[in-house]
Amino acid sequence: MLRLGEVLLVTLQGDLHDSTAQQLQEDLAETIVRSGATGVVIDVSGVEIVDSFLGRILAEIAGQTGLLAARTVLVGMRPAVAITLVELGLTLPGVHTALSTEVAMELLRQQAPSSRFGGLRQERL
Amino acid sequence: MHTAAGSQARLPIRSDMDLVWVRQHVRQAAAQLGFGLVDQTKLVTAASELARNTLVYGGGGTMETEPLVEGTTHGLRLTFSDDGPGIPDLEQALSDGFTSGDGLGMGLGGARRLVHEFGIESAPGSGTTVRVTSWVGRPPRPREES
Repeated sequence: MLRLGEVLLVTLQGDLHDSTAQQLQEDLAETIVRSGATGVVIDVSGVEIVDSFLGRILAEIAGQTGLLAARTVLVGMRPAVAITLVELGLTLPGVHTALSTEVAMELLRQQAPSSRFGGLRQERL
Repeated sequence: MHTAAGSQARLPIRSDMDLVWVRQHVRQAAAQLGFGLVDQTKLVTAASELARNTLVYGGGGTMETEPLVEGTTHGLRLTFSDDGPGIPDLEQALSDGFTSGDGLGMGLGGARRLVHEFGIESAPGSGTTVRVTSWVGRPPRPREES
C-alpha cells in the first residue's frame, strides 16, 4: 500500500488467496481512517481472474471506503477479466473505474475536496 | 470421443490455498490445450466458483481434470466432487441470487454460463458432483433468456 498525497495506491498481483483479499479489505479501512486519505486507487492490471468472491470483496471495499468519506477507483482491469465478470453476472455497480493510474488520480483530484464532516466541523470551530 | 493422453489429474480441495492450486492447474491445462486467453479466463473463473462451492458447502472434496478430443477439437472436462450434505433444490441453487453461504449467489448459475456443458448430480445426504466441459474455439452457447 503506497501513499501519494491524499490517495492510497494498492497494487494487486497474481492469484490472491481468499484470506489475503479479506485482510486487504480490513487493512484498507483502518489505513483510510488512520491516514485521512480521501481516495483509494486499486490497480488490478496484474490480476488474471476475478471470481464472485474477489468481485464481492472489491465491491465491499468501494462501499466501505465511501462510508469512510473516501472514494475508490479500480484501475487496469484486463479485457478477459471484464468479459468474464459480465458473463458471470457481476458488473460491480458503484465501483468507479479508470484505464490507468494517471486517469484515476485525475478523477480523484477533480472530485476532491470532499464534504467531510470532520473538515467542516474544524472550519466552524 | 476419447480421453487424450496424459495430463489427467486429481486435486484436493481442502483450503483456500487449494483454490489457488485449482486455478493454476486449470489455467495451465487450458493453455496447453490451446484455449485462447478469454476462454482460459472463463474456465479458470468457473473452476474457482465450483471449487469454492465444494469447499464451502461440500466441506471439501476433489477436482478431476480430463483433456478430451472430439474429431480435431480439444476440450477440457472438470469434475468437482464432495461428500457433503448435498443440494435439496437444484433449480433454486442454479438461479442467480440464491446463496446459502458466502458469496453473491452466482456460484453455480454463473459458472454454468462460463462453460459449454454443465451437469450436476446431487441429493440430500449423498454429496454433490458438478461436471463442466469447454471446447477450444467453440463459440459460447446461446443465452437461455434475455
